[in-house]
Amino acid sequence: MSGPATRSLVTLQISGGDGAARAAVTQTLLDQGIEVSARRDGGVPLDGVPDVLPAAGASAPWKPWFPVIDYTRCTNCMQCLSFCLFDVYGVSSDKKIQVQNQSNCKTDCPACSRVCPEVAIMFPKYRHGPINGEAVTADDVRREAMKVDISALLGGDIYSMLRDRSAKAKSRFSKERDDDRALKERQNCLIALKKNLDIPAEVLASLPSADEIRAKAEAVRAKTAAMLAADGETERST
Amino acid sequence: MSGGSRIVYCHCAFAKVVPVEVKTAVLSGLADAGVEFDAVPDLCEMAARADARLKELSECGSLQIAACYPRAVKWLFAAGGAALPDQAARVWNMRVESADAIVNGIVRGEGGAA
Repeated sequence: MSGPATRSLVTLQISGGDGAARAAVTQTLLDQGIEVSARRDGGVPLDGVPDVLPAAGASAPWKPWFPVIDYTRCTNCMQCLSFCLFDVYGVSSDKKIQVQNQSNCKTDCPACSRVCPEVAIMFPKYRHGPINGEAVTADDVRREAMKVDISALLGGDIYSMLRDRSAKAKSRFSKERDDDRALKERQNCLIALKKNLDIPAEVLASLPSADEIRAKAEAVRAKTAAMLAADGETERST
Repeated sequence: MSGGSRIVYCHCAFAKVVPVEVKTAVLSGLADAGVEFDAVPDLCEMAARADARLKELSECGSLQIAACYPRAVKWLFAAGGAALPDQAARVWNMRVESADAIVNGIVRGEGGAA
């Protein structure tokens, strides 16, 4: 996203016309991406509003779909950073997880919020709670805790688990030479991801290659190691 | 306007998660009441662009915001670099509350605190 900016703004006189007419004009302007201030003093009268006013810096419509972090719940565990393959997350200079590349986020994909063990990631335009920002209940937290336990049972390192699984599959398929079965396995895996994490099919289709995922995992690992090393140094010096 | 609060209406322009009939009725209710208010196309989009207007709103003292879930709105402002001071904003949720309750709450101060 580019730096702080504002959109076009129309100040509308409250005294002009009736409420219904003002609401209709306001709605038309909002639909064009224009902010409206309804004011008693100043502003343009209702009949002075131009038919079309382009929004400042208006570009191709982008559905604002990106994760919003509830920092009262976030424990900075970095699972979202490790999980997201599209570099939406980053770390601030004070080592806090933050959303750095909103526009990299895949529209309608809430997967990172589903892996967050603290129910701290929201997508305000999502259909269901608590991902949509609804208050988090004890049941939500219990469900997430169970997910973490399952992750721990699997060994905790999802990338190494996927690598093992991939190696086993490669070895099996190289012996069996059954392309149809391999394709079916992949399709089943994608269906499970779509169903369990509500990941849109388009996102699954645009997943990075295995090499890119490996490189990303290495980068995250290196970043985490560097952070831990820096923490250790800070502790030693204090 | 209610208790001297500044009123903000979010049009949630890019999604259908806020029922159209509710947001239309809230907008009409505010326009009918003749109160001053600020209508924005989409708070999410403003947060993504770190719109300078968010900062202006967060610093205005007292706010009444007709949008969606209060937890989402609070952290959207924070994501846009404009943290809302505690207790400074009353967020009305157009996803679950009725338009009447919201308009009466904003204009006439009915419905208590968030």
